Amino acid sequence: MEYIDPHIHMISRVTDDYHRMAQCGCVAITEPAFWAGFDRGSAEGFRDYFHHLVDVEPRRAAQFGIRHFSWLCINAKEAENVSLSREVIALIPEYLERPNVLGIGEIGLNKNTGNEAVIFQEHLDLAAKTDELILIHTPHLEDKLKGTRMIIDMLKGDSRVKPSRVCIDHVEEHTVRLALEGGFWCGMTLYPVSKCTPARAVDIIEMAGTERIMVNSAGDWGKSDPLAVPEFILEMRRRGHPESAIRKIVYENPLQFFRQSRRWAEPFSLLNRQEG
Amino acid sequence: MNEVMPVSAGKTLEQHYLEARCRLLDLAAIFDRIDRGHKTGSEEEDPRLVRLREGLKVLQESKAGRAEQMQRLFSLPYDPEWEKPKPRY
Repeated sequence: MEYIDPHIHMISRVTDDYHRMAQCGCVAITEPAFWAGFDRGSAEGFRDYFHHLVDVEPRRAAQFGIRHFSWLCINAKEAENVSLSREVIALIPEYLERPNVLGIGEIGLNKNTGNEAVIFQEHLDLAAKTDELILIHTPHLEDKLKGTRMIIDMLKGDSRVKPSRVCIDHVEEHTVRLALEGGFWCGMTLYPVSKCTPARAVDIIEMAGTERIMVNSAGDWGKSDPLAVPEFILEMRRRGHPESAIRKIVYENPLQFFRQSRRWAEPFSLLNRQEG
Repeated sequence: MNEVMPVSAGKTLEQHYLEARCRLLDLAAIFDRIDRGHKTGSEEEDPRLVRLREGLKVLQESKAGRAEQMQRLFSLPYDPEWEKPKPRY
């Protein structure tokens, strides 16, 4: 089955992963800017990172017929440094018209601090000014519920934000309804251990339904699985769920959300079918 | 309407019985390991151990939503009056 991985950090993956993802049906991915495993020392470090996201990864992905898109920001962890964050936010507009940039993300909170909230709001200001889609990181583990509520407070408190143009990521059992009831899109991030597993993601689908929800692999520098979306597909099939429901979650929903971006381009396979 | 309906309870039990048994054994062994270890005296009041024991009670409840309840048990409190930054229109 063709699928889209809406959140995977390919900068931390080897080229073989692209190959295996393509073999499993991956036709497009979107890669949010994130923490690199260390705090960067200057805004220039982010310029190099943005160059990698908008120039290098799309070429690597294209070798395997995968469309690569990216999101730009300073992540929540490094947002604790407000002056650095403001320098990085000032860099972003020059990259926003690059053909594969979908919007601002993954912005959010990490430890739910005041500084993180200030920088989150300043990212929202930029997204509103430039009319960008927004991808949101919610904190992990014990910080998640509180952080998700704080994020939704800020989104609801900003009249410029259209919930249909925002995806709240890393939702789990206790936060999925907060996102959906707010009118937002949401993503479940699948990990082999420690966070949401493919089996629990299917449980959440059974309880919350298939509207405005996607699944992704994160595929970051920690222990993670770049083929987590195919694992989710297998678990859905193992439980006998209809192919139409699976396709909606792993392909049609991401397409519907991403098509709102003026810089989205259809997967090569879809274009080939249309031409044929 | 949700087109994704859960599979039957019997089939789910069939599929997950050994997995659940294994995870319960892992938990039992972790609690045994804590009990066997050298203690300084304050471990029983450690909020993490208290929460783990509360989590065991959640497992025993007969109503649905245990996973969500477990998540809430391991979540920090939220203050709706927190000081929010102002949008710059």
